[in-house]
Amino acid sequence: MNLYDIIFYIFAAITVVSGVITVTSKNIIYAAFSLLFTFFGVAGMYVLLGADFISIVQIIVYVGGILILLLFGVMLTNKVTSTDIKSGSVNVLPAVIGVALFAGALISIIIRTKWTETPGEIPLSTAGTLGSVLLNEYVIIFELLAVLLLIALIGAASIARRTKEETN
Amino acid sequence: MLTEFGKIFVFILLAVFFVLIAFFLAKLIRPSRPTREKLETYECGENPEGSPWVRFNLRFYVVALIFIIFDVEVVLLFPWALSYQDYGIYGFLVGIIFLLVLGLGMAYEWRKGDLEWARPKQIPPKLKKIKEELTEAVME
Amino acid sequence: MYDIILDFTGNEILSMFISAALPLFMFILPFALVAVLAERKVSAFMQDRLGPTRVGPKGLLQTVADILKLFQKEDIVASNADKKLFNLAPILVFAGSFAVFAAIPFSGAYIGTFADVGIFFVVAISSLVVAGILMAGWASNNKYSLLGAVRSAAQIISYEIPTALVILSLVMLAGTLNLYELTEMQTEYFWNWYIFGGPATGIQKILLIPFMIVGFIILYISTLAEVNRTPFDIPEAESELVAGYHTEYSGMKFAIFFLAEYANMFAVSAIVATLFFGGFQSPFGYLGDLFGVEWLIPIEQFGWFTVKGLFFVFVQMWLRWTLPRLRVDQLMTMCWKYMIPYAFVNLIIIGIISLI
Repeated sequence: MNLYDIIFYIFAAITVVSGVITVTSKNIIYAAFSLLFTFFGVAGMYVLLGADFISIVQIIVYVGGILILLLFGVMLTNKVTSTDIKSGSVNVLPAVIGVALFAGALISIIIRTKWTETPGEIPLSTAGTLGSVLLNEYVIIFELLAVLLLIALIGAASIARRTKEETN
Repeated sequence: MLTEFGKIFVFILLAVFFVLIAFFLAKLIRPSRPTREKLETYECGENPEGSPWVRFNLRFYVVALIFIIFDVEVVLLFPWALSYQDYGIYGFLVGIIFLLVLGLGMAYEWRKGDLEWARPKQIPPKLKKIKEELTEAVME
Repeated sequence: MYDIILDFTGNEILSMFISAALPLFMFILPFALVAVLAERKVSAFMQDRLGPTRVGPKGLLQTVADILKLFQKEDIVASNADKKLFNLAPILVFAGSFAVFAAIPFSGAYIGTFADVGIFFVVAISSLVVAGILMAGWASNNKYSLLGAVRSAAQIISYEIPTALVILSLVMLAGTLNLYELTEMQTEYFWNWYIFGGPATGIQKILLIPFMIVGFIILYISTLAEVNRTPFDIPEAESELVAGYHTEYSGMKFAIFFLAEYANMFAVSAIVATLFFGGFQSPFGYLGDLFGVEWLIPIEQFGWFTVKGLFFVFVQMWLRWTLPRLRVDQLMTMCWKYMIPYAFVNLIIIGIISLI
């Protein structure tokens, strides 16, 4: 086991353990903050895969954006500390079936994929390569992403506006 | 061989170690005599009143929402900025269309007032009416 | 630098730790010592006071005394606070602030990492600080802390967008994200600095200058907001929120927050200097070149870097005692209605010029 394997297992452990805490924690703030470590662990794994740009994107979007949004969302809900947040189990059977199906699909994909060992060379700059790929093969997708973001922006704002009117 | 990213990781680890060592050293030196009053939440010397969980202005949430969209946009533009010059005017237009579509979203938000922060409504003093009353009084 | 240490010790991990420790012990801690005193002296000078004079000659040892005091202070964790998160928050904030220094080139001989993502990493890792601040505010279970933390987070994330847009326009010109390469492009004389249009030539350079100045102003204002300095200090407005998100912190934990704040102040100044003012490059040749002394150049470069960084830190202090604090609504209006649209337009214009 070389250094890389050890680092990989550390990151994997961080991701899995904090993920489990996120799901099982009774305190909603603990759940939100352990997500921070999940995101961080995933970013570390991207680095190990040689995807440096993606790992930074993971931090900037998930830690910097989604997590903050989640925390704001939690903070907006009234009296988090005084009321116990219910985290019992309901609908156990459908959940088990759903999870089993999903896990089965994942495992079958993992088994069927022909895994190849890529040579250890880490691509020098993935950001620049990504840019030229975006401008060549995926131009349409790039522009569609802009439209998607526009829709998300308008949708998010109008939902927020409606909630605001209701609360006022 | 440590990669360049490994070095970043070392920086983060070092910062964590530094803080932990500082905490440990301080723990050896400092006194610890907690009393009930000392451990109370600080509220300018008064007894804490109610929970700190006041309902926050919803604006904070909306700001975070809009931020995520623009964040993703900037993230997508970074690879473009690195390589658009190889494609000349075509590369530039691709990015500009992307930017303009989001500029449209920005304009929409602006027009709809989502960028406004809630402010107390100002009630301008009614000077004019008093003036009229005064003139009426004088006239009489 | 890493290579030299590697030759010396022969162990990769050990040499990496030493190399990473250099900016912390050789730079940030001495800088904080000087800057805290400078802040008080500058403010005293601007308000026609004397400032600290008792400890050491002319009060020069004031910060040392402060640190000794903070070391001995009792660590009070309010009984209502959430202890785990309360202790974790300073670590997170400091780690986020310190990691930024990995991507900053201190001189031709020292940069923490040559990773290609450079400046993009700097923008990203500051989000760790936001998470830490929110954690501190929540764990304190105090009204002031929570309000300060939420305000601070909203402010930092809002101003991240104009910052990123200005950086984006520079990346468009430079074609690299690495701050070291960016600095190398601005070499030789000061008119190669990006504030004067960078290494471009002819009509392109002349056209670029006004838009570069606009970009610089936007970047400087938004970095001010990102480190919560006046006029954007509503997160820790002492007259309304006591001390913002670190109201409940005492002793060493407070000291760590303070250190992180000063480290941040220098980090953003260094980034502004690196992006627009040539980083560690001298504005006019090196003495080392003149006398043919090879080893003098990195030292000179480090000197220039420090001077430029400290100048912008000084401007931050200057502004603190010059401008009044903005209101929350003014702050958000400033960001969303002025800075972002201007940065947008600036980006497009710079893009057009770069095609000429």
